[in-house]
Amino acid sequence: MTAVLQARGLGKRYGRRWALRDCTIDIPAGHVVGLVGPNGAGKTTLLKLAGGQLAPTSGSVAVLGGPAGGPAQLAKVGFVAQDTPVYAGLSVADHLRLGARLNRGWDAALARNRIGQLGLDLSHRAGNLSGGQRAQLALTLGLAKRPELLILDEPVASLDPLARREFLQGLMEAVAEHELSVVLSSHLVADLERTCDYLIVLVDSRVRVAGQIENLLATHHRLTGPRRDPGRLPADQHVVSARHTDRQSTFVVRTEAPIHDPAWTVSGLSLEDLVLAYMEKPAAARPLLEVQQ
Amino acid sequence: MIWLTWRQLRGGAVTTAVALVALAAVLALTGPTLASDYSSGITACTRGGDCARFFDRFFDDKQIPFLAVTVVVLVLPALIGLFWGAPLIARELEAGTHLLVWNQSITRTRWLAVKLAFTGLASMTAAGLCSAAVTWWAEPLDKSAAPGFTLMDPLVFGARGIVPMAYAAFAFVLGVTVGMLVRRTLPAMAVALAVFAAVQLAMPLVVRPHLLPPVSSAFELSPANVDGIHMPRDGGSLALTLESAIPGHTGAWVLSSHLVDRSGRTLDDSGPGAIAVSTSSGPCAPPEQRPETAQAGDHYAGCLAEINRLGYRQQATYQPFDRFWPFQWIEAGLYALLIAGLTAFCFWWIRRRVS
Repeated sequence: MTAVLQARGLGKRYGRRWALRDCTIDIPAGHVVGLVGPNGAGKTTLLKLAGGQLAPTSGSVAVLGGPAGGPAQLAKVGFVAQDTPVYAGLSVADHLRLGARLNRGWDAALARNRIGQLGLDLSHRAGNLSGGQRAQLALTLGLAKRPELLILDEPVASLDPLARREFLQGLMEAVAEHELSVVLSSHLVADLERTCDYLIVLVDSRVRVAGQIENLLATHHRLTGPRRDPGRLPADQHVVSARHTDRQSTFVVRTEAPIHDPAWTVSGLSLEDLVLAYMEKPAAARPLLEVQQ
Repeated sequence: MIWLTWRQLRGGAVTTAVALVALAAVLALTGPTLASDYSSGITACTRGGDCARFFDRFFDDKQIPFLAVTVVVLVLPALIGLFWGAPLIARELEAGTHLLVWNQSITRTRWLAVKLAFTGLASMTAAGLCSAAVTWWAEPLDKSAAPGFTLMDPLVFGARGIVPMAYAAFAFVLGVTVGMLVRRTLPAMAVALAVFAAVQLAMPLVVRPHLLPPVSSAFELSPANVDGIHMPRDGGSLALTLESAIPGHTGAWVLSSHLVDRSGRTLDDSGPGAIAVSTSSGPCAPPEQRPETAQAGDHYAGCLAEINRLGYRQQATYQPFDRFWPFQWIEAGLYALLIAGLTAFCFWWIRRRVS
């Protein structure tokens, strides 16, 4: 497995606050990777570091085998930033020209075709585009530089459901056509489920779980039964989350082996349940009131 | 990258160009008349002998347009800093478009280098052309300017020659730097303007007088440096006000000018009792008491001669007029140092700190 993105002890500090701390992560090539986590988990910071937009305070991050942010890396990595910024004063045609001028590997035909398919008017000012059109323009710029890795940071967060679906569909088509690796962050699990085949849950700069979505769904189970202490579960069943009432216990466990204990009612998990189980903090470590920035 | 820089500058550049062309047209239309008025006036006055009066009248007539074009050259660098410098990076950071452009296949160092060089050169060109046009137009007026408005005087010095280009480049880089630190366009414009204004005031007030050691010397009192003598009719003491000009050094930038007595003690400019000369009799007595001086001018000259005889002098420190070009180069060099420092800081900051 070659890694498109590899971070080792990666950290970024703003003033006194660590936005990302001691993050170690491997993202394999050839996947559409969904990066999910609560707000403030460090997703944006991680992706900006990978895109070379930020310099790390500590540790290192490598993209496609080289340190992120180098001139050689810039050409190979596409980056669509949060809220898909475009130049409000420039026209759609100006944006394509910008891409053509600033990228050696620019695929003018791809860019033109995509804009044509989207029905965007070339003379339209980008400032007058709808949110969905703007996102599509930013995606077009990211795709037409023909990157090996495309990083998208919450690209659909501010879009309506229809625009969101069109955007992700466009992304999927491009991935199929050009065989690129994609890392996509979102806090909307439903979007990721449609788009991604690999999932990483990032909480407090730490990778909670990473793996192919198919495998994750196959190896995670919800066990419901009479109240029991988590320590008394078999050793190969890794407890992700545990919930107890007076008489009943509900566990989310990860295990490769089949579950034979007749006391349990075993059910599958949806991807959303799985993600939520990992995002929950261990009961003991959880403060009463949590203040988030 | 040059294309993108030009595309982003285009609106502002066209506006500036239109304004400059309009200014140049006005100057080109009025300039030749001004020059011919001046040369015919000079011819007339050298025959008649009193060119000082011609200079006064010529300059007084044209003082308002003279000040107007001078102010244009002084203000242009500030406008460039405001509208080209401050938004250059701040607007990108504000709109998030830096994330778009920094992910094209060029490094942000190169991006900044092209933006700074291209827009910076455009700023210097605009200021240089504006200064050149005004310098050409105002030449006859600069030659006849009244004290306080000569080429060496702070108001005019900054609006002639090469320093406007240095100011424009400095204002631009200052705007860029502030924009990068403040990260919002409007506050960046306000801060950049305040800092630029402070530097532009500090330069003539604090720094420029010492670019070369000023000359200090004592001068005899004459109509060239005495503004007026007040002779009290009731026999009180004589009051004398000095002009900020010195005889024999037309166009010098007078930094200080005091009346001193024989022993070199500084007198209050016009303080009563300062000048120990009799006002009840002798040359400085009121004219009614001295009918032999038929004309007021003679009387005035006589009194001045008496004050001179008693050893009163004008003690002045000044920068001579022929230092205009050395000062232009030195000051442009100082600004070049500031510009280099700010530019280096911009590159360091964009690599290390900006996200």
